[in-house]
Amino acid sequence: MSKKYVMGNGAIALGALSAGVNLISGYPGTPSSEIIETASKFPHQGTYLEWSVNEKAAMEVAAAAAYCGARAMVTMKQVGLNVASDPLMSLAYVGVKGGMVVVSADDPGPISSQTEQDTRRFAEFARIPVFDPSSPEEAFEMVQDAFDYSEKYKTPVILRPTTRVDHAYASIEAPDSFKAGEYEGFVKDSKKWVIFPRLSYNNHLMIEKRNIEIGRDFSSYRFNTVSGSSDKAVIATGVSFAYAAEFLKEHPQVRFIKVGTPYPLPEDFLIGALDGVSEVLCLEELSPFIEESLLKLIGKHRLNIKVRGKLTGDVPSGGENDTDSAGRIIGSFLGLDSESKGLDLSSAPTPPARPPVLCAGCPHRASFYAVKKAMKGKKAYFCGDIGCYTLGNAMPLDMVDTCLCMGAGITMAQGFNHMDSDATAISFTGDSTFFASGITGVVNAVYNAADMIVCILDNSTTAMTGHQPHPGTGRNLMSAPVDKISIEKILLAIGVKRVVTVDPLDLDAAVNAVRECAELSGVKAIIFKSPCVAIVKSDKKMAVSDKCIGCLRCIKEIGCPALSVTDGKAVIDENLCTGCGLCSKLCPVGAIGGV
Amino acid sequence: MKKDIMICGVGGQGTVLASKIIAASAMDEGCRVHSAETIGMAQRGGPVTSHVRIGDDVFSPLIPASGADLLIAFEPSEAVRNLKYLKKDGFVIVNSIPLKPASLGGGADYDGKAEIEFLTSRCRCLVVNSDELCRPFGSSKFFNIAVLGAAVGAGELGLKGETVRNEIIRTVPERFLEKNLAAFSAGCKIGEEKKCR
Repeated sequence: MSKKYVMGNGAIALGALSAGVNLISGYPGTPSSEIIETASKFPHQGTYLEWSVNEKAAMEVAAAAAYCGARAMVTMKQVGLNVASDPLMSLAYVGVKGGMVVVSADDPGPISSQTEQDTRRFAEFARIPVFDPSSPEEAFEMVQDAFDYSEKYKTPVILRPTTRVDHAYASIEAPDSFKAGEYEGFVKDSKKWVIFPRLSYNNHLMIEKRNIEIGRDFSSYRFNTVSGSSDKAVIATGVSFAYAAEFLKEHPQVRFIKVGTPYPLPEDFLIGALDGVSEVLCLEELSPFIEESLLKLIGKHRLNIKVRGKLTGDVPSGGENDTDSAGRIIGSFLGLDSESKGLDLSSAPTPPARPPVLCAGCPHRASFYAVKKAMKGKKAYFCGDIGCYTLGNAMPLDMVDTCLCMGAGITMAQGFNHMDSDATAISFTGDSTFFASGITGVVNAVYNAADMIVCILDNSTTAMTGHQPHPGTGRNLMSAPVDKISIEKILLAIGVKRVVTVDPLDLDAAVNAVRECAELSGVKAIIFKSPCVAIVKSDKKMAVSDKCIGCLRCIKEIGCPALSVTDGKAVIDENLCTGCGLCSKLCPVGAIGGV
Repeated sequence: MKKDIMICGVGGQGTVLASKIIAASAMDEGCRVHSAETIGMAQRGGPVTSHVRIGDDVFSPLIPASGADLLIAFEPSEAVRNLKYLKKDGFVIVNSIPLKPASLGGGADYDGKAEIEFLTSRCRCLVVNSDELCRPFGSSKFFNIAVLGAAVGAGELGLKGETVRNEIIRTVPERFLEKNLAAFSAGCKIGEEKKCR
């Protein structure tokens, strides 16, 4: 045993390994990605780890392990749970033998996500228990408890951390090496493992009865706590509990309730904790889940308690909470002073906006620019997708007209083509996204005889989430090397009319490839292939010579963060420049060159 | 010890390594530590912050407003952006070299000068020029280690220089170690000089 300073995601990994987990699968997605990565870094024996092709695959791989009696964990971000919801909903009916923990990381804010959806709703929808840790330390213990509850009630359970728990660091006392537990293996029983209407009906009845029992069990769970005795109470869940605790540590008399298991609701615990309370404030993020649960509970038991929270406008309905907002909201609820006395910030200069941008030298910039140049003056729709390259929407590139969800770029471009065949429909999909959910879109487009260009931005990694391998990289988490799956061969096998592979940094060739494909009918594909600059480091640098006439075309056209203006002329930050040379190709006077 | 330290900058400046070394050093000195990082899309050139919270009575991974004892800013405008986190008598170490936003819109004439003026007029402040400080080492990428030296030298980090130095040795890849240690020493010297004034 030793203390390890790890991220909340690392604590979840350590908790699972401590619980003897036999299999962990998942698909990368902020804020969940570091769970599997951390698990792979600690010495472990007998635990199978994989980056799956997407969340649905990950869920199904893990389900099979749990059917075998093994302990399985599957990790994803909240929108990943949408992808995995098909197996999850059915699995909730079928149940498991070995413990199965589904980690779905929510992202209040949202900070790096498409939605502010709430996984606790999903747990209630699927009728399965959910654990809601308020800190990395708690997440470490809760994931172990989650395996026990999963086995006790033979159901998959959800652990729902949020970004601030996932990405907070803490010291965790844990073993230095881990060994996976023994398991029985799969015992065939088609009445149990094959989902049929009859089984679903019977199990539905069983599940509703069982959940009442789990709610009772949760009522004595150690992470459902109450302190203080005032008649005005504060209930907090997840990291909001930590924010509230920063304020309430100065006010120990205030009744302060933590709900660590939001579903099934620990009713007996809450009835006891709320005894003598006249008014309660619910501090939570995303949806008013506890608030609505309380309203039901109060109605059911005809209690005379006023409930405040998101529904009453006391807590904002969107965005994340923090210590300051928690202090203000609680202070105003309790009539306590929450003013923090800080510096006088009047007349402070307004900091410049810094929207996230593609890195200096990012090959995606060149790919977008090539398509933009080739399609200049022509009507075209540019359908983006999820990944670093969503940032292609930023000015001055302005090359992402739509972005919906993983894989939607291809299918939406197809839809635009059917609605407006005068325009050229072009999709942009990253290599990892292509494997995750792009392939079926290409099949759909070819099958339905669309006219469109599928652009694959292949930088040979899953860049945005921290450079995880994928089926095209020739690496996986267990054995290296493995066979690379060729994107080009997949596209040809589907029946794409023309597949061109081009280096986007060879600007002329890239532009010509786009022009050629735009002239052809049917589904065409261009694979823009160039490695991520964060992985393949370059020593090359570009510099601006005296010849610069200050037209600033380089800056106005590509928006590279290494380029800026000083005294009316372009300057290249040598610390950021990777020498990709894209800017040098647009300089009208040849003032930019390698050094 | 109880100390809240915030490190801020722009994605890609190396703030995370600095925060990791502070957290590890505090643990080496027997303190309880929590910290939090910006991870995800904002890392691509957006504003990033690291919160390091040293002490037993800590719940939130994020430092409350007006709670930070020390603000280490890798960039002038980012210092101003995060000044609401600083205690009234807190200390700021700020790099005077600005990082202009990538697009021309909004920040074209930003040069960091007004920000430095504002900071020095409103709070206890050590202004460091990363270009000058890092010139001997060939890259401003060593600023993240040099600025730790400045914090130690100025006596504001609350940790022993030796502890931080040992943690740098443990953390930094061998081939960059010599330059990093030199950067740390150079930072210490600047911090000490400014403190004496």
